[in-house]
Amino acid sequence: MVTFQFVPYGDIEALGSAKRVNKLINIVKENKIVILEGRLTKQEEADLIEITMEEISPKFRGIELSVIYPDNSKQDFGQKVKGVFANVLLGDRLGLTIIGPASIVKKIEQNPDKIELYTNENFRNGKKLRKRIK
Amino acid sequence: MVKNFLKNFFSKIKFNPFASKSHVKLGLYGPPNGGKSTLANRICMDWLGEEMSTVSHIAHETREIKIKEQVNIKNKKGKELTFSLVDTPGIATKIDYEDFIKKGLKKVEAKKRAKEATKGVIDAIKWLDNMDSVVVVLDATKDPYSQVNITIIGNLQARNIPVLIAANKADLRKANIDMIKAAFPQYNVIGISAKYGKNVEDFYEQLFKLNK
Repeated sequence: MVTFQFVPYGDIEALGSAKRVNKLINIVKENKIVILEGRLTKQEEADLIEITMEEISPKFRGIELSVIYPDNSKQDFGQKVKGVFANVLLGDRLGLTIIGPASIVKKIEQNPDKIELYTNENFRNGKKLRKRIK
Repeated sequence: MVKNFLKNFFSKIKFNPFASKSHVKLGLYGPPNGGKSTLANRICMDWLGEEMSTVSHIAHETREIKIKEQVNIKNKKGKELTFSLVDTPGIATKIDYEDFIKKGLKKVEAKKRAKEATKGVIDAIKWLDNMDSVVVVLDATKDPYSQVNITIIGNLQARNIPVLIAANKADLRKANIDMIKAAFPQYNVIGISAKYGKNVEDFYEQLFKLNK
């Protein structure tokens, strides 16, 4: 069984960067896959990796991380303008961030508007099964 | 005392009027096993006649920051560039000592390597702030859309650090330089083979453009 925990952006919005990152890592360390509405800043992503490294132990091997963000290149002019306004209004709420414990998530591939998440149990018996998140 | 005060002040606002070309710190960043140390050795052998790092097929061979000062390169026009070359540990989001055991290391050695590797990743991230320019070394046979690559490059962009992407292992059949160019269209991407020296002359020319 794989547990996904949805984290609305509102749950982390008021937190400082360090507390945001720690909150997300603590959920992941419970062997849950976090689906965060929106995304962290680039500095927070780097902090996430740094703090993950500090937490690595025999029970916690690290994380798999993936951020999916709307692809503007396929949009027409009107959609791009709307996108700019949405970015101004919503900022970091756009997109989706997936963080999973490395003990459960083997790999996350982005392509670029879909995510393919491979769990470790799906590599049993040499067969590869995919769970697609679009 | 006044000079030190001014240096500290200007470093905080990312401006150093005292900097000369010899103070340029050029970092090699990227995921593990991309060929950063091989490239560092290629640069040092070509211009200094000696290597600076050990390399291995086992990931996380470089587990601490390594610096070679006063690397001086020249281009065909006779222009010179001097920099400190910084070889960094590969940045990863997970490290499992069991992966090292599978590659032939004993358990004690594997655990030690994993512990050192985690510290190496932390150091590599902390050292981002010290870089004047960065070459991101990617394995051209692998998927460039990994979040680690995007995070590294995003952080360099946020710090206004100029970036050159070296698509390494271009000698291999599975190498796909075009895929890397498509993944990072806003950056200069150059296909090279650090191991065999393919296209390194163009790479050195790109370093001059990177550090204008």
